[in-house]
Amino acid sequence: MIAIIDYKMGNIRSVENALRRLGAEYVLTDDRTVIAKADHVILPGVGHCGEAMHNLRERNLCRFIKDLRHPVLGICVGMQVMCRHTEEGDTDCLNLFDAHVRKFDAADGLKVPHMGWNDITNLDGKLFKDIKGGEYVYFVHSYYASLCPDTIATTRYGRMFSSALKYENFYGTQFHPEKSGDVGERIIKNFLKL
Amino acid sequence: MLAKRIIPCLDVKDGRTVKGINFEGLADVGDAVELGARYAAEGADELVFLDISASREGRSTFTRLVERIADRINIPFTVGGGISTVDDASRLLDAGADKITVNSAAVANPELISQIAGRYGAQFVVAAIDAKLMDDGIWHVTTHGGSRVSGRELFTWASEVEARGAGEILFTSMNHDGTRNGYPCDTYARLAADLTIPVIASGGAGSVGDIAEVLQEGRADAALAASIFHYGEITVSELKRQLAALGIPVRTSL
Repeated sequence: MIAIIDYKMGNIRSVENALRRLGAEYVLTDDRTVIAKADHVILPGVGHCGEAMHNLRERNLCRFIKDLRHPVLGICVGMQVMCRHTEEGDTDCLNLFDAHVRKFDAADGLKVPHMGWNDITNLDGKLFKDIKGGEYVYFVHSYYASLCPDTIATTRYGRMFSSALKYENFYGTQFHPEKSGDVGERIIKNFLKL
Repeated sequence: MLAKRIIPCLDVKDGRTVKGINFEGLADVGDAVELGARYAAEGADELVFLDISASREGRSTFTRLVERIADRINIPFTVGGGISTVDDASRLLDAGADKITVNSAAVANPELISQIAGRYGAQFVVAAIDAKLMDDGIWHVTTHGGSRVSGRELFTWASEVEARGAGEILFTSMNHDGTRNGYPCDTYARLAADLTIPVIASGGAGSVGDIAEVLQEGRADAALAASIFHYGEITVSELKRQLAALGIPVRTSL
């Protein structure tokens, strides 16, 4: 059973659909007892990272998530809340990944948000089993995680940033595997095998 | 490197896809979910489904179709056609759409863009702009499939929709749509220079060269096309292979 943490951060229907297509059983919940019993935990998230932290605190989920020992996957803002700090609302986050989250600078001539298909490189570890460096995945975000020792995939948009992170049993992807075609489905399957 | 996107567009009426030349002379080209899934498997980067049903029944059929698309398709998709209220947008978001497009209703009520973007974020809102270059040398924004000329001018309106929170602009030249003679690349290049949000080129593709030109000289971030795909003239994968050979960054591996 997979627990998708329900903390009212955007549309999670696409995550549910992706799991259903893979034939995986899941439950959408903010109940700690249910999450603790799950085999895998997914922390989705679309929207404002400061609000995401607020919603986690409101549900007393911050310490609880940090203490989880089963595989946890944060997606997009769900990954960013697992970093050290974000410029978005100048928010201290869960501090699982040793990355700072900063805003892309439109002054660099970049279109912000970074939206569309970009390639992932320097892939490291089981999350990317049978995924070749240079494959494309789908991104929609205005803030990025810096490179750090926890980086397990990098992407270039003006600068290099962490497109995936890992610390012990915690994984995060800045991109949306649930919207990244067959490559994304393989990444979700890899996560479910952890 | 961020890839240029290729986006097949499917016009939908009563759950079936249709495509007309200049929006007239419709011909049935199949089931929307099956066709969308085929394009996704061929390497389409996104899909657009436009509801051209006029009736209330058609609208509710479309919402159920959007749910089926969301269940089946593993790439982002945009839906549009007749969205005139925040509730319309909410209903399609709940059905599983990643983005919506607003067109005529936003021209009549620009606040609609601010309201939808304010609630669901800029990434959810694609402003579709149909415009016609007229004898006065001005690009006039049109509505209702090009049949009505509004009082708005293309570049001013494009900047306004960006300021109101649209995340992308989908621009169609009514002078070029359906002609298959290519895109007005100078106009696209000016939009790219004026705006910081992505521009999707639509209407006019007759060849791979046309699409390459609008992505390079026109600086468009994406190209949307219908007929060349629907009538099997080129597959999405072959188009992308040829664009890659021209040095255009596209997602070719799957």
